[in-house]
Amino acid sequence: MDNKNIKTSRFRKGLELFLTFMKIGAFTFGGGYAMIPMIQREIVEKKGWITDEDILEIVAIAESTPGPIAVNSATFVGYRVAGVFGSFCATFGVVLPSFLIISLIALVLRQFRELKAVKYAFYGIRAGVLALIIKALVSMYKKSPKGWASYVIMAASFAIAAFTELNVLYIIIGCAVFGLVTSVLMKRRDEK
Amino acid sequence: MILLDLFLTFFKIGLFTFGGGYAMLPLIQEEVISHGWMPLRDIVDFVAVSESTPGPFAINIATYVGTETGGILGAICSTLGVVLPSFIIILIVAKCYEKFRDSGIVKGCMTGLKPAVIGLISAAVISIGQTVFFPSGITASAFSSPEFYISAAIFAVMAVLAFKKVNPIIIVCISAVIGIAVGYSLGM
Repeated sequence: MDNKNIKTSRFRKGLELFLTFMKIGAFTFGGGYAMIPMIQREIVEKKGWITDEDILEIVAIAESTPGPIAVNSATFVGYRVAGVFGSFCATFGVVLPSFLIISLIALVLRQFRELKAVKYAFYGIRAGVLALIIKALVSMYKKSPKGWASYVIMAASFAIAAFTELNVLYIIIGCAVFGLVTSVLMKRRDEK
Repeated sequence: MILLDLFLTFFKIGLFTFGGGYAMLPLIQEEVISHGWMPLRDIVDFVAVSESTPGPFAINIATYVGTETGGILGAICSTLGVVLPSFIIILIVAKCYEKFRDSGIVKGCMTGLKPAVIGLISAAVISIGQTVFFPSGITASAFSSPEFYISAAIFAVMAVLAFKKVNPIIIVCISAVIGIAVGYSLGM
């Protein structure tokens, strides 16, 4: 009997996680950090599944693990609430709206792409998108660590990516290793 | 084969993107273009679509590239691919969070990764700028075409709006309207 109750409550929690994260996925525009206030309202204030402190923890983890923040936080919250099954439900929920909407849009785009008006619209939009990306870049720069090592990495990764054919993957791995080595060296120096 | 290729490519993209949103652009650019799945211009167009639809950029672009190259199955493979690395890594981290948080190795790598993302996106901005301002290459005649000056003007106005924190959707809409108005009046 008890076993059965646990099972149903687990199932119900999974379903709730799925629905809540589906709502988050369907109503956050821009993705990434835009999702954090929504998670806070839905998960902390309405459901009380995790605390405000947990949110900070999630942001910290999302920043130092690969992948989209939305997926990172859904997986993490899901796990906290209902284990691996919970992570699966939450992640599936957060991904589903995007998946459905974009599949539909891809279909529509294909139909209308050749229309003159759509071509003109995208001609204008491209210049606007460049502005949006530069804006995002500047805010990322403001949040990034300062100091000579950071500037060297920024300049080097920019130059290698812009002027050589080296795959971006190697630049990312190289910079991670460089960061690790310099931080170990600095720590040693501080200890002496 | 395309399905497996989509899955593996997006798995790689998901695994090596640190920091959300546009941090994924350089890798998308590298992988998607080198596979010949889509030109940079279409990726830039899709950034606008993604800004105007809900959901994370990573999922949106994965689904889009997947649909365009391998239909609905392709979309499932690429989206699954981009999600899976995060999912697995977070499950591991959630189990041993304290160890992860205090790990010098993770912190050390991050001190290198954060500035790297800035450098890589800057490089992506350069090639996107080329696609926007010089779609048929940088030539002397490109500088005398009205398209170039109109793009530059739209860019300048939108940059001001973007830095004034105007909602990206509004920026996309205004740029589209200007594009349509200019396109028809110049008969481009």
